[in-house]
Formats: sequence, C-alpha cells, structure tokens
Amino acid sequence: MLEIKDLSLNVEGEKGSVEILHNINLTLEDNKFYVFTGPNGGGKSSLAKVIMGIYKPTQGKIFFNGRDITDLDITERAHLGIGYAFQQPPRFKGLTVEKLLQISAGNNKVVDCCNYLYDVGLCVQDYVGREVDNSLSGGELKRIEIATLLARDLKVAIYDEPEAGIDLWSFSKLIETFRNVHARQHGITIIISHQERILNLADEIILLADGTIKQQGSREYMLPLLLGDIERICPRDRMERGEDSVECNR
Amino acid sequence: MLNAIDKHLLKTIADLHDIPQGAYNIRKNGVGISRSSTANIEIKTKEDKPGIDVIIKPGTKGESVHIPVIISAEGLNDVVYNTFDIGEGADVLIVAGCGIHNSGEGKAQHDGIHNFIVRKGARVRYVEKHYGEGNGRGERILNPQTILELEEGAYAELEMVQIKGVDSTKRYTEAKLGKEAHLLITERLLTHGNQFAESRILIELIGQDSSTQVISRSVAQEDSKQIFYPRVVGYNRCRGHVQCDSIIMDNAQIRAIPEISANHPDAQLIHEAAIGKIAGEQLIKLMSLGLSEKEAEKTILEGFLR
Repeated sequence: MLEIKDLSLNVEGEKGSVEILHNINLTLEDNKFYVFTGPNGGGKSSLAKVIMGIYKPTQGKIFFNGRDITDLDITERAHLGIGYAFQQPPRFKGLTVEKLLQISAGNNKVVDCCNYLYDVGLCVQDYVGREVDNSLSGGELKRIEIATLLARDLKVAIYDEPEAGIDLWSFSKLIETFRNVHARQHGITIIISHQERILNLADEIILLADGTIKQQGSREYMLPLLLGDIERICPRDRMERGEDSVECNR
Repeated sequence: MLNAIDKHLLKTIADLHDIPQGAYNIRKNGVGISRSSTANIEIKTKEDKPGIDVIIKPGTKGESVHIPVIISAEGLNDVVYNTFDIGEGADVLIVAGCGIHNSGEGKAQHDGIHNFIVRKGARVRYVEKHYGEGNGRGERILNPQTILELEEGAYAELEMVQIKGVDSTKRYTEAKLGKEAHLLITERLLTHGNQFAESRILIELIGQDSSTQVISRSVAQEDSKQIFYPRVVGYNRCRGHVQCDSIIMDNAQIRAIPEISANHPDAQLIHEAAIGKIAGEQLIKLMSLGLSEKEAEKTILEGFLR
C-alpha cells in the first residue's frame, strides 16, 4: 500500500517558486490498477516523480507498506520495488537493449529479453543488440522503456503516457500486456494517460488538475464524468478555442 | 621468459593469454624476445633502425599478426619503427598495443612509429590498445604515430583505445587515400588524474570516391586534459565524416578543434563535435532501475567507450 499524505511540491522557476502539487492525499492499494489523468501541466508526471524519489516534496510524507519513505533516494526506492517508465526516456550511446534489460532485471539474474521485448511488440533478433541511442525512433524507445519495467519484479509500477508515439496496431498489444503484467505482479499499477482504452483498464481513476486531485473514484463512476463532461477539465470560461481545433484523444 | 606481470600486460593490451597463434613479434623493454613468421606473413628485423618489417603476401586471407610491446623497466625510452606492407587483395587483422608496468621513479616511454601500405583491394583491421599500471611515481608515456597509405579500393579500419594509466600521450595519425579507398578510425580515450592526451589526425582524400569516417569518443575525469585536432582534406569527389564526442567530468579540460577542408566541388565533408557532462536524466533512469549513482555513472561511461 502506498500512502501520500498532505504532499506539496514547489519548484524554482524563472519567475520564482511555483507550486506544482498542492496538498495531495492519496491511498493506493495493492492489486489495484490506477490511471492518473487530467490536462497537461496538471501535476500527473510530477506526482509520479515524487513517488519514484526523483523530486523531493516540499511538504508531506509518503508511506510504503507503513514505512516512511519520504527521505529515501531513487536507488533505495527502486530496491523496494518502485519503478517509473519515463514519458521521454533518455538515450544512451553504446548501451545495448540487452544490457539495459539486464540492469533492469538485476545483474545476478538471467534476463529473458525475448518475452519482455515480445510483450512490447518488438522482435528480439532485431532489437536485442541495438544501442539505445538516436538510431531508435521515439516509438521504439518508448516500448523499450516499458520493457525495462516488465523485466523487474515491481510492487509499484508507474508508466508515464506509455501510448505516446506508439502506433495503433502495437497499442492493442500493449493494452493486453499491461493487463497481464498487472495480474502477474500483484502490486500497484499506475498509468498516466488520456486514452479511453487505458482508462478502461483502471480499477480507479484519479483526475489531477492544477496540482490537486479534482476527483477520484471507480472507473464506473469516473468514466461517464470524464467522457461526458469535458468542462470539468477545460472550464468554458478558460476555453479560447473550439474542440475541433485540437487533436483529441478521447 | 614471460613472467606474471608480462602476461597480465599482454592479456590487457592484446587479449593474449600466452604466446599467440600465427605470426607474432613480442617486444619487451626495447628488445624483441619472441617471434614467429608464417608462410604468408614474414616478420623481419629492420637493418637501419630499431623495428620490424611485416610483409603480408598478396591474397592472404583470415590471418592475424600480433605485435605487442611490454615495458616493465623504468627509465626506458623505447622508439621503434614498424612497417607493414599489406599485399594486394589480402584481408588481415593486426593487433598491436603497448602495456607499461612502471613501479619505479623514472619515466617509461614507448614511441611506436607505424607505417602502413595497404595495397590495391586489400583490407586490414588494426587494433591498438594502450595501458599503463604500476605504483611508482615514474611517468608512463606513449607517443604513437600511425602513417597510412591506402591504394585503390583498399580498406583500413583502425581501432585505437587508451583506457587507463597512461600519463601522457601524443598521438599522430596520418593517411593518404587513393581511388575508392575507405578508412574508418575509431578512437576511445579515458584520462584521469593529471593525465594529458593529445590526438592529431590528418586524412587526405586524394583519389576519386575515397571516403573516411572518424569516430572519436573520450572521457576526461579529475584534472586531466585532452586535445583533439582531427583534419580531413578533400582533393577529389570524396566523402568524409568526423565525429568527436566527449564526456567531461570533475575539473577536466577538453578542447576539440576539428577541421574540414575541401579543394574540389564534389567533396562532401562533415564534422560534428560535442562536449558535455553525463545527462542527469540518464543517471536518474539507471538509478530508478536500482543502480547507485556511482554504478549508473560507470555503466554510462562503459557504454560510451565500448
């Protein structure tokens, strides 16, 4: 179980301190599938990075299975079984896909690249020896990023907009993979997404906007609200453009 | 004949566990100590100056030559001239390299001056590894020169690696390429402490459709200094690409001064040079997989210098 209590995050920007997250209170339970959704800049990725230990909260505490992990660093949290798949994964010159998956699995384990790459729709023969550098397309890099989490034995797996850059055909495969991995790992799965098909996987949906939790609840409760009432995310008084002028993922 | 230190140096620089198969010449502390020629590869001592001539018969394929140099004595300044004549249509591997174990106060220096003639249609892969060790304060210095001439359709691949323990190095590489010849140079360099490394490269693309690619990757740590001067000059319809990529750490200093120079309207020359520290995102990604910051840094550097 992951508990977030009275958590706030401020970061220093060009115009001084900006509050990114404000007074977040959230309890995430084992074996549950969560989707964080909401507008860009709403605080979804920041909350994920606070859970991973990449950002230190300005206020508040994080408890993992009853233990206060607020002061643990990234590596220590990784050892507890927390993992985060980046929205924009970094590239590494000279580091092969196989080596990256080996690090993910743990250096003392035999890594089964075949299954992890297959799960993200990549052919092992084509990719295992490839370097994780600029030669990979954005979509390929994202899928390898997801595979680095599949290779781990995670208690909390966070995927940050995993569908970005991935083609429609592979997307179905990925949905299936998330469902299977969640069933296998018996932990907490969190996906940050706007995709209806991913929202459909959720046990619970959490709507983040302006750095706070605007609404949360079961999929059955949240989906009609999200899909039916766009005004909750984009209030009319703040809308300057029509919906037809933007690419909409719903 | 070979003691434990010698064997360790040989393993590090030439991946050799003992006396190699095929043609070889092992030089220790300024003198040749062991040699073997084969039916196709003849190694003989130069008559006018220290060094050897390695003559590879035309058409020799799949054979290798190992010519490691080991230095375990201090106060030695070993200058050696080696000439390689690679016959038409041959395809061979040459493994050179120098390991210095200096546990004394005086400096130990090896300057290997290597001349290559790669004849028409021949292919050669040349691997040169430099390594230094020893607890003494004596400096370990390596100043290699590699001069190549590639005839029509010849192909040469140079892999030059200096990973550890060499206090000072001044490397000079020069090549003249004939028609349709191709030269690939990959350079890997890591310096630390107060080490200094300089690499000058001059490649002249003389023949039509000659081409070259230079890939230089380096890491400078602590108070070390590195300077790179890669130059590619095109005199004909030709292609050249120089890539210098460096990771800078601690208080190190790196200068990269690439030059491309075209003397023909159909010369296509490109250079790229970048110096930067390890990206924070890379460290965070590997730490989020369970590595410590130090382990993450090591993994990134190993990949980069692979």
